[in-house]
Amino acid sequence: MSLLKIEGLGKSYTADKQILKNVNFEIKAGEFVSIIGPSGAGKSTMLRCINRMVEFNEGKIIFNHQDVGSLNNKELRKLRTNIGMVFQHYNLVPRLTVIENVLHGRFGYKTTLQGVLGRYTEEEKERAFYLLEKLGIHEHAYKRCDQLSGGQQQRVGICRALIQEPKLILCDEPIASLDPSSSKVIMDHLKSISTEMGITCLVNLHQVEVAQHYSDHIIGLNKGEVVFRGEGSELSAEQIQKIYETNTKDLIIE
Amino acid sequence: MNEKAMRKSRWQTVIFLLIIIVLTYLSSAITRFNFVEGMATIPEAIGWIFSNLMVTQESMDKLPKILEKLAETIFMSIAATTIAAVISLFLGLFGSKTTKVNNFLSVFARFIASVSRNIPVVAWSLVLLLSFGQNSVTGFLALFIGTVGFLTRAFIESIDEASQSSVEALTATGATYLQIVSKAVIPQCLPQILSWVLFMVETNIRNATLVGILTGTGIGYTFDVYYKMLNYNAVALVTLCIVITVIIVDLISNYVRKVIL
Repeated sequence: MSLLKIEGLGKSYTADKQILKNVNFEIKAGEFVSIIGPSGAGKSTMLRCINRMVEFNEGKIIFNHQDVGSLNNKELRKLRTNIGMVFQHYNLVPRLTVIENVLHGRFGYKTTLQGVLGRYTEEEKERAFYLLEKLGIHEHAYKRCDQLSGGQQQRVGICRALIQEPKLILCDEPIASLDPSSSKVIMDHLKSISTEMGITCLVNLHQVEVAQHYSDHIIGLNKGEVVFRGEGSELSAEQIQKIYETNTKDLIIE
Repeated sequence: MNEKAMRKSRWQTVIFLLIIIVLTYLSSAITRFNFVEGMATIPEAIGWIFSNLMVTQESMDKLPKILEKLAETIFMSIAATTIAAVISLFLGLFGSKTTKVNNFLSVFARFIASVSRNIPVVAWSLVLLLSFGQNSVTGFLALFIGTVGFLTRAFIESIDEASQSSVEALTATGATYLQIVSKAVIPQCLPQILSWVLFMVETNIRNATLVGILTGTGIGYTFDVYYKMLNYNAVALVTLCIVITVIIVDLISNYVRKVIL
């Protein structure tokens, strides 16, 4: 059964340039899928169409039996609570504490007033601490986020996504600004989220090897079109060349 | 850049300097301003200042009255700034690209900001003097309008700069507009917002003197009255009081800024 189904998706900001062209794919619940492709291929736009942070022009997105394109504001808000998002630059509120940032993930379930007054239930707070402990940053819970390292901030970002109890997590280049060892920690956490918690992960990546190592499936995107779809082992040098339009020997592959 | 181009650019600098010198000479010739003569009057002017603008025992008797007016001016400036800050916060939120509600309100906020900022506070005082008459409301409004313009502009920039990424993240979690503003935008921008408000309190206390002269309110009016009565000793006392106040406010706001940032 597919959790996410994308049919003929198209997006253009201006009339003369199409960012996404006739994109089709399906993702099953619990899968770990990576999207790879050169800069400007439309990876970020692709992810943002799924929770409608970007409005798409053509095609259809079905998430969890719902037609994403036809939702009104209230339904859209409900949809977004089911989709967590992790960003390249973490997108936390730097001046607030770690625990406050994690609890921000609960806003979608609250009325405006509850959110503005910061009323969180005991279960929500316990859940937040549980998640922080699971990702190994509970001792920083009361520190301000701007005092943490990049890897630690990204783990806070993942906690914020997880506390939403989402069915799907979208990760927009989660390790692009991190050093190799923090990158591994983050990727290991994301992998365990999909295997242990059964949450589907859709991850934009720049590193081909990382994508091959962690993903169940890989989607190759070039100039807004899907040029590859398959398992990591099926990704041959020829395929990589097709995705990046360069010889494999001209690419840095870790 | 080859050698020829280098030499050319050096010549350009020389020509540019020559043009400035000629322009300066021409404008002083047209306005009949003689630089040397102007310099020659400086010692005399300083002599006059020392013989007339001295605080004497007699003028000290007027101190309580001056201080009362000064306090009135300070409180008026603070009131004008804080009320303007509240209005500007809303206009700033509407005007900012990241937190705008819709395009109409965004353009509206920017329009208000630019109209009230681009007309100098002196012009506002005189215009308002005609419609509201000579009272403290006029002075208050003149400061208020100028402050709204400046603070809205400053808040729009602060909000755009500080909160774009966290607004995106919270929108993606399904948070509502008010939740995002109160829990991400305001906490993140608060130090800058307070810093701009403090800056505006300082500026307004300085401006209040000038606005007071024009609208006949506060310390500016006191200054004007003594000046026209040729009571220069009292004028000196008023000036001294203003200078001391501005320095004190400056020190306080620097301290507060250091603590909050």
